[in-house]
Amino acid sequence: MNIMSEAAVEKALDQKMNTVPFKMIGKDVSVYYGEKRALFDVNLNIRENTVTALIGPSGCGKSTFLRTLNRMNDTIENCRVTGKITLDEDDIYDPTIDVVELRARVGMVFQKPNPFPKSIYDNVAYGPRIHGLARTKADFDEVVETSLHKAGLWNEVKDRLHEPGTGLSGGQQQRLCIARAVAVSPEVILMDEPCSALDPIATAKVEELIHELRTNFTIVIVTHSMQQAARVSQRTAMFHLGNLVEENDTDKMFTNPDDQRTQDYIMGRFG
Amino acid sequence: MSTSLLLLLIVVIGFIAYFSGRSRSLALAGGKLSNLHSLPGYHGSYVAIWAMLPAALVLGTWLIAAPIYIDSSTRAALPDTVQSQGAASLQLALGQVKSVAGGLLRLSGEEVAALESGAANLRSTLAAKGVALAGEGEPYMIAAAQHFNTMTVTNRWLMSAVVLLIAVVGGIYAIRNVAARFRARNQVERVILGSLIVASSIAILTTVGIVTSMLSEAGRFFTMVSPFEFFFGTVWDPRFAAAGSGGASGQFGLIPLLAGTLYIAFVAMLFAVPIGLFAAIYMAEYASPRLRSTAKPLLEVLAGIPTIVYGFFALVTVGPFLRDISAQLNGLVTGNYQNFIQAQSVVTAGIVMGIMLIPFVSSLSDDIITQVPRALRDGSLGLGATRSETVKKVILPAALPGIVGALLLTASRAVGETMIVVLAAGVAARMQINPFEPMTTVTVKIVNQLTGDLEFTSPQTLVAFALGITLFVITLGLNIYALYIVRKYREQYE
Repeated sequence: MNIMSEAAVEKALDQKMNTVPFKMIGKDVSVYYGEKRALFDVNLNIRENTVTALIGPSGCGKSTFLRTLNRMNDTIENCRVTGKITLDEDDIYDPTIDVVELRARVGMVFQKPNPFPKSIYDNVAYGPRIHGLARTKADFDEVVETSLHKAGLWNEVKDRLHEPGTGLSGGQQQRLCIARAVAVSPEVILMDEPCSALDPIATAKVEELIHELRTNFTIVIVTHSMQQAARVSQRTAMFHLGNLVEENDTDKMFTNPDDQRTQDYIMGRFG
Repeated sequence: MSTSLLLLLIVVIGFIAYFSGRSRSLALAGGKLSNLHSLPGYHGSYVAIWAMLPAALVLGTWLIAAPIYIDSSTRAALPDTVQSQGAASLQLALGQVKSVAGGLLRLSGEEVAALESGAANLRSTLAAKGVALAGEGEPYMIAAAQHFNTMTVTNRWLMSAVVLLIAVVGGIYAIRNVAARFRARNQVERVILGSLIVASSIAILTTVGIVTSMLSEAGRFFTMVSPFEFFFGTVWDPRFAAAGSGGASGQFGLIPLLAGTLYIAFVAMLFAVPIGLFAAIYMAEYASPRLRSTAKPLLEVLAGIPTIVYGFFALVTVGPFLRDISAQLNGLVTGNYQNFIQAQSVVTAGIVMGIMLIPFVSSLSDDIITQVPRALRDGSLGLGATRSETVKKVILPAALPGIVGALLLTASRAVGETMIVVLAAGVAARMQINPFEPMTTVTVKIVNQLTGDLEFTSPQTLVAFALGITLFVITLGLNIYALYIVRKYREQYE
């Protein structure tokens, strides 16, 4: 048995990508804000335990698509979604689906770190508390600790769990928000430009974390940084003017894309 | 020249100054505006300010100072016999001299001559011209009055000449300053800054003035009634200020009034806080924009109703309703149709005041709740929390300090409210805990003590100032604390 280098393992993984099952399937997804149409019949599938990056110029609809995946668009007035999105066969826009339950399965991390004005502990325990995932103090302690471990934050905050989460640095706050999302044990984690408000070092830590989270979660990430998309994702989808231009293996996207527009965007000719 | 004509002339000079300053700067620019440091309009304004501002300041000072000088000069011209009679009669004589002076202006030369020679009676001559004199009038008054008239006329001309001279000189000085690189813009902006400072200091000085006058009047009260008796007295029985009685027979205990004030404010808050807060949560978190855009202004209309109207409402509707319904209830339970709620009572005043306060609570809390960043809402909803969990666990805790501040502001309004309690709470200064009985408040007693013809020398009236300053200190304390909390909360999200 020959020992493969880490890069080779990744490569082998990526080549097998086409056989990975779909976690979420989006079919003819269109979104309207009032009269304005923001997405045009997008067909995009999200593969299990994969990092899928959504790229494209500002206003192309990538964040809108991301927010349809856990129905966060519901909180926006006048927003209407058509088409079908399924999560493990369940139609998430079906009236019988409880949107609260859906969001527990499909968690979200936002562009700007948004810890609640509570202690670090209470921030992480927030989700488990409302969903009744833990009962005793010991259960909660365990959930908080494992979540913070998963978010790579435990060693930095273990001595000040009861200080306010807003007192952490920007990068730590974002990892706290990731821990908060992880604590609910979602199946999918959506990340909306999670590093856009962070400095390069904090960004590197979050990217490393995304890499590790992939083993347990399916991740969809919106990013403006081509390098980030190339670094963290296995699949990349390119949006332009509300249309899905191309979806492909990340390697292929960045070396030999099928669509001229993708080529132009990656080369920095527009965007 | 009259003062208004003088003012008009100053304004005209200002206009001329503006346009000459502007055209001079344009000439200096040589067809290229960028040669100038400031736009021509600033040069014009600079010259106009120099023409008008010093002249207006001198005019103002002159108008205040000149009458004082003329009075003292005329007083000095009165004969020594009058001078030695004491301040009060000297003041009286001066007043008469002034009316004579006014009358003399209406007389012809011969009539004045007749008066001076003593041939005509001063009083009857003036009365014929429609000027009534208080006394017969002494001969020396004619001379003094003429002295007064000459001084007034000289003063007018002198004032006009000086003020106009200053305006012209100011304008010319400023025009000479205008140059291509002259920083007219900075100069004009300094003047604007100065006027802003003056405006805000007027507001502050007025407050200081009110407080000082209240303090000095309250101080007079405390020379008649000891502060200990006032602040810790439990009986309010001021009696009446009979002439010559000295008026010290009454008892001025603050405690029953303060108890009533706080009790009624408490009942009002008990009523207004839950309703207002729930309304605010609904408006901020649940209501659709369409509903919100109609319901919120409607709710705020309540805040625009004059409080006297709430007073009527309490007096003719709520009070009798509570009284009748209590009689019915009592009848159903005990068979005795005796009302246990008085028409004028703590609950009546409290409920109506609570209605008045609802829009304050809801509007202030609504602003604070909507200030909670959307990111926090999304964060909570994104974790699968429902709207009400989000409100309860994230939004309200985040907004709590601000809401507490809003409630304190509302409470200070409740404590200072007057018209509703005057009509609905009753006037009996009693200490009791039954909310169905009448009680009275500090504001009601201020109104009572100051209604009618009064002289401000007896403790019965002066006590109003002591009550007023007490109330002022309470509401000021509440307001300062509330603003402190609200400000602290604002910093959290910046």
